[in-house]
Amino acid sequence: MNWEPVIGLEIHVHLKTRTKMFCRCETGFGAPENTRTCPVCLAHPGALPVPNRTAVEWTIRLGLALGSEIPLRAVFHRKNYFYPDNPKGYQISQYDEPLCVGGRLVVPGADGDFEVGFVRAHLEEDAAKTVHVGGGTGRKIGAERSLIDFNRGGTPLVEIVTQPDLRSAQHAERFLQLLRQTIVGLGISDARMEEGTLRCDANVSVRPAGSDELRTRWELKNMNSFRFIGRGIDAAVRGQVALYESGGEVEQHTYDYEPDTDTLTPHRSKEEAEDYRYFPEPDLVPLEPEAALVERVRGELPELPAELIRRRAEALGVDDAWALVTTERDPAYAGLVAASVPARDAFNFAMNQPIPPGADLAELAKVAIAAKELTREALQAAVAASADEGFSAGAYLGDVAITDTSELEPLIDAVLAASPGQVEAYRGGKEGLLGFFVGQVMKETGGKANPKVVSDLLREKLKA
Amino acid sequence: MTIDTLRLTAEEANHLLRKKEVSGEELFAAYRAAIDERDPELHCFLRLCDDAGGEGIPIALKDVIGTKGVETTAGSKILAGYVPVYDSTVAARCKECGLRLLGKTNTDEFAMGSSTENSAYGPSRNPWDPTRVPGGSGGGSAAAVSAGLAPWALGSDTGGSVKQPSALCGNVGLRPTYGTVSRYGIVAFASSLDQVGPVAKTVRDCAFLYSVIAGRDPADSTTVDVPEVELPSAEDLKGLRVGVPVEMRDAAGIEPGVRAAVARAVELCRELGATVDECTLPRSVEYGLPCYYLIAPAEASSNLARYDGVRYGLRAATPAGEARGRAAHSLGGAGEGLIEVYERTRSEGFGDEPKRRIMLGTYALSAGYYEAYYGKAQQVRTVIIREHAAVFESFDLIVSATSPTVAFPLGERADDPLAMYTSDLLTIPSCMAGLPGLSIPCGLSEGLPVGLQLIGPQLSENTLFRAGHALERALGFDFVPERLR
Repeated sequence: MNWEPVIGLEIHVHLKTRTKMFCRCETGFGAPENTRTCPVCLAHPGALPVPNRTAVEWTIRLGLALGSEIPLRAVFHRKNYFYPDNPKGYQISQYDEPLCVGGRLVVPGADGDFEVGFVRAHLEEDAAKTVHVGGGTGRKIGAERSLIDFNRGGTPLVEIVTQPDLRSAQHAERFLQLLRQTIVGLGISDARMEEGTLRCDANVSVRPAGSDELRTRWELKNMNSFRFIGRGIDAAVRGQVALYESGGEVEQHTYDYEPDTDTLTPHRSKEEAEDYRYFPEPDLVPLEPEAALVERVRGELPELPAELIRRRAEALGVDDAWALVTTERDPAYAGLVAASVPARDAFNFAMNQPIPPGADLAELAKVAIAAKELTREALQAAVAASADEGFSAGAYLGDVAITDTSELEPLIDAVLAASPGQVEAYRGGKEGLLGFFVGQVMKETGGKANPKVVSDLLREKLKA
Repeated sequence: MTIDTLRLTAEEANHLLRKKEVSGEELFAAYRAAIDERDPELHCFLRLCDDAGGEGIPIALKDVIGTKGVETTAGSKILAGYVPVYDSTVAARCKECGLRLLGKTNTDEFAMGSSTENSAYGPSRNPWDPTRVPGGSGGGSAAAVSAGLAPWALGSDTGGSVKQPSALCGNVGLRPTYGTVSRYGIVAFASSLDQVGPVAKTVRDCAFLYSVIAGRDPADSTTVDVPEVELPSAEDLKGLRVGVPVEMRDAAGIEPGVRAAVARAVELCRELGATVDECTLPRSVEYGLPCYYLIAPAEASSNLARYDGVRYGLRAATPAGEARGRAAHSLGGAGEGLIEVYERTRSEGFGDEPKRRIMLGTYALSAGYYEAYYGKAQQVRTVIIREHAAVFESFDLIVSATSPTVAFPLGERADDPLAMYTSDLLTIPSCMAGLPGLSIPCGLSEGLPVGLQLIGPQLSENTLFRAGHALERALGFDFVPERLR
């Protein structure tokens, strides 16, 4: 039987507001433990929450970018559970009246667009961080003591829930990349998985291809890169298909993905099934975003990455446009094209080296246009200096790379003669050694040879 | 000069201070002397302050009101030793006004009770008859004002905790409109109902103290702008339409002496020029109490979750046999370390009443029961709000007894939570509607004070003060307990 994966994602994003969600402690990483705390985020008796206006506005901004409806009224709820990283004994979150409802993201693909719908996006506060000490593993199980750092506690967190619209791990990764870029482009979060400012859980089930049923799902947690999310989903799909094909059933479970072994392990849940006893937070009044505010925020939205990719794809094709936008090279690209660099050259130039923010792109364009003739050193030095005061391309344009084969050939012969073992190995099939030879030649020329010419010559000579 | 703290009102004290006939120091010393003399019997105070600052009129604060640097326990063992690092907004406003903190007064644990018998630190006693309760939860504040241990005090009212003890001790007590007084720094019981209010000897003192604490507070999102407070001076009720809710007048369980004193006060309203008529609040009176006992415990179960032994207050010791650091403090192992800290701390730290309400509230919010209990109670609350609003289309204020009974003997209801809950039968409906209520003494029954409750629409405090003041002058009630005169 053919099986079709059905995947929905839950994405948590830290907003990079200056202060926390419900108190005016500063957010941010790296401060000494428990120095960014106050009676509110430590849940002292009598402390009360006051919502962060910027966080509310940014959540609306995100919702509008995702095509969500912004209801006239949104309510904070208490989600009750006991855990030391949750000092009040409840998290202030949203339940049945979130800030953003619905919406969709159309993801451009070389093989056609696909669309992911959103259930909702809501605003809540993050938990504190627990640090497990002793026992050697750094993990909860077996630790001798657990310490709590409340600096993170109360950071504004947006939870985005998608419809179960994704049909492959690859699509999930691609969707996440675009969503991340959208969030970053809105200026509301750095959305870095490695720093925990973007986290993602996946709900995965499979069904016979062509069916429209929704079968029992597994929830995958603790995947800390897009790649691991994709591999986790693949592992879940494999596992479920194997279960069904062996006549078994899938039971609802939560798993952690273990990248080292490429397997899923049962997630250690806090206790048995939780009843969070949601109820409206009586310390806060409902949010009622005014139409004028929503329209102002809508009017301030930048061009969104999905639109930009579609626009760039006209000159570059979808894949390169995607790469350009999701690596945040588009501003440099756009500046170079505006300074008359042909699209393809501008793309190569922007993708090959990180152009510093504030670079004089009009001047750098002269370097980009001449890039094929210049030495690698010259290119790197020009890019590095391009944001400096009074940067001028002229100083770098004279540093033309050696493309004269008659000049390069003796050098190449000498390099090959000096490394008979490697030559033999290359000829025996280890073609990866080409890079080694190119490196040797570049070294001999002090980096001034044109690497393309060198590798062409090398290939030819090694063929013999 | 001799200062008779039993008689001296805050207004008079202020005069003496302004005319420099007494110093702040002398005034403070006079109340301390009164405390030394009478508090050993009455147990109004949990804690006394010697150097809390301020040169002005002394004040006592209920122990749910957070005071920077001064232990604040809410009458609970679980907060023993907890010293706030910040002032509640009301404590800060009292300080800014120069008021000097005498000490923290006794309360039922987390303000849950109607007699102070639920305090983990022992009950307070009624100055009119020390074998009887002073009411609750703010019995310590009310008894202190009544016994001349403080010229005035602040309490907190969730379902009657200012009004009912004021009635039982012969004081004036105001529960303000929900949202007029900041809850920031008040140990929370039920957030949608809690409101701090003044307890005083006269309506004018009560109004003045209200003006000190009321007003929008950026730290409490539920606060609103408050109309300027007018100190009452009129001695008539001309032009006021007074309603008598028949269900509150005729409720079962109202003692005959209470009924009679309230009836005389209603008649007095007419004599003072008010138009008096019957009105009706059938659903509010029938369903107010049961709905309150769903909503307040539900919110309490969540508000009290923070007392977990992790960050402050009591953390129950690990029994000797299990003194392995790992089991007691780690989150891991077999998982029992953390859960045991929670269970032991909360078992030892909370008394029976908070436990009872945590269980009731947790149940009312649980999956499968929410709609039938908490959800339904919220719907009924809306009905109660509308029913009151309809009455106030025709009336400026309504009057009833504050408490169905006068002060009852210690121990009488301690083992019968339901009987205790009915103490608040008449105070709860307007609390559920977020409305202001003023209790003033309107006479004696069996030698004990009877409270008259005046309720108005939202933000009608000035009307309540005006009516309360006129009635107070006409009634001529002597607020000094007979046995202390």
